[in-house]
Amino acid sequence: MANLIVRRLLQLIPLLLGISFIVFISLHLAPGDPASMIGGPTATKEDLASIREDLGLNDSLFTQYLRYIGGVLQGDLGYSYQTQQSVTEAIMIRFPNTFNLSVASIIVATVIGVGAGIISAIKQNTSLDVLSTVGALAGISIPNFWLGSMLILLFAVYWQWFPVAGITSPPWTMQGIKELALPAITLGTGSAALIARMTRSAVLEVIRQDYIRTARAKGVREKNVILLHCMRNAMIPVITVIGLNFGFLLGGTIITEQVFAINGVGRLLIQAIAARDYTMVQGAVLLIATLFVLVNLLVDILYALVDPRIRYE
Amino acid sequence: MQDQNSVLEVEGLGVRFRTEEGDVPAVQGASFSVQRGEVLCIVGESGCGKSITSLSVMGLLPDSAKAEGSIRFDGNDLLAMSQEEIRQIRGNEVSMIFQEPMTSLNPVFTVGFQVMEPLVIHRKLSKREAYEEAVRLLEQVGIPDPRKRMEQYPHELSGGMRQRVMIAIALSCQPKLLIADEPTTALDVTIQAQILDLILKLKEETGMGVVLITHDMGVVAETADRVVVMYAGKVVEEADAETLFQDPKHPYTKGLLRSMPSVDDETYALEPIPGKLPKPGEMPQGCPFHPRCDDAMDRCRVESPRVFTVGPGHTSRCWLGEEEKQNHAGKSVG
Repeated sequence: MANLIVRRLLQLIPLLLGISFIVFISLHLAPGDPASMIGGPTATKEDLASIREDLGLNDSLFTQYLRYIGGVLQGDLGYSYQTQQSVTEAIMIRFPNTFNLSVASIIVATVIGVGAGIISAIKQNTSLDVLSTVGALAGISIPNFWLGSMLILLFAVYWQWFPVAGITSPPWTMQGIKELALPAITLGTGSAALIARMTRSAVLEVIRQDYIRTARAKGVREKNVILLHCMRNAMIPVITVIGLNFGFLLGGTIITEQVFAINGVGRLLIQAIAARDYTMVQGAVLLIATLFVLVNLLVDILYALVDPRIRYE
Repeated sequence: MQDQNSVLEVEGLGVRFRTEEGDVPAVQGASFSVQRGEVLCIVGESGCGKSITSLSVMGLLPDSAKAEGSIRFDGNDLLAMSQEEIRQIRGNEVSMIFQEPMTSLNPVFTVGFQVMEPLVIHRKLSKREAYEEAVRLLEQVGIPDPRKRMEQYPHELSGGMRQRVMIAIALSCQPKLLIADEPTTALDVTIQAQILDLILKLKEETGMGVVLITHDMGVVAETADRVVVMYAGKVVEEADAETLFQDPKHPYTKGLLRSMPSVDDETYALEPIPGKLPKPGEMPQGCPFHPRCDDAMDRCRVESPRVFTVGPGHTSRCWLGEEEKQNHAGKSVG
């Protein structure tokens, strides 16, 4: 087990180096000049040249990359071209909002998705199953910005059960939960639908297995046949979907943060891209990519915990 | 005819499956009984309804199936019981082991957990008591180093070992009846004999009744006290093992015996039964066996045969039995 974790952590190193390189290169290849963004429309050629010199943009790409990576390894993601603020700091201020939103969304998605999936499977081909299938289709199809706006209109403006926008309180307070509720539902719906479909097919697959018949033959209560004997096996593919979706949610909060005016990494990223703020974009993308990879590592570890056959490979 | 000594009495059992083309009968009018300490073998080809019969006893038929008739266990009709009542009997007083030891154990739980489970459910043992009892059970079914096995997962065990674990699970609550559905079919020949010996030994020790389902007449010869032969969902012959091998009455039973390899007779040629088992829903008119039967008469093609008593405790569902019955008239009727 420990062996598996260490091996996977070592595999992270080249992966993250590769990601940082791609992010670094692609932004430098994109058209647009950060120097003229910083200097503004009134800057002279001499001004621009001195800005470039200051930012080190005249060095070779490779030198720039090494300098960047050297900084990253010390936790220094550079300074914003636009605001001169420390990128690490700017991200760290916003990251908790994004993280809380993602976690809340994946909780919503898992509870709804796994629940609906199980019911759908054990009530296969009944009206409940059809309802859940249609619900899942709708969940996947409805765009976040529309769903978010509708939830705000209905629950925040009309009934006023929840605040309209923004996150001001920590997520463990009642106010914090209320603030997170609508954005979490908005963001989690699509994932809930995917998780429900995967859970349904996984349960249907497992419930036909011989060992489920054995469990029933032993006199295990039907509730435990499903929740223990069946789900422990069915969770293996479902965990993958939950993990992948959590990864996507961490990087996919952009629209939801925009709709609910949440000051998170997604919004920071949009603003940085618009301003061609290279260092800020690099920092945000690197963070999102790293988190995605870490979540995948977590999924692998969970796998091994759930399925003993993986532990020994 | 309620026999004090019988554990299981199946009478007129019918099982029908709902399909899109209407109801299809899988078992029709099956009757037999199992005494304490007796091994009853149910024999027949794949698809003849023997597994469905055993699943009806366990109350484990799929939702699309409907059972009728009566299955009396210890005097109580299992078919009339609620799901909860029958659950309390399953794995407790009636246990079952299955054909596929490789897939019958849950891959994500330890052997120990799976053996302890019925002990906790039915015998209400504490975790610690259940653990010690499970170790004892594993030892009883001949698993070496049981304490180590308790912590292992099914994929770390061989097929024979897994079947032993299944037997340990089945016996954990000292059942009055053990149903073994082709318990040795998936195993190597040497392991087969060990598992059968184990079942017989445990039967002697506990006095439970055993229903052994098999298609292998060799297994029947080795284990059975009495035999029920099934064909196309019906019981076609029932007799004690010796009578069945010495003096089979139904042409299908005779065919089964002829298709059994013999070690003693070197000139013996295997004689398979021609044709194949008709599918449920596509039964021929008259006796379902007549298209494959050498002795078929005109009558067999039109009229389905009744059950005739052809000797003491010996019945046959074949028109040939009508003459036999006259020969035996007066000797035995029940």
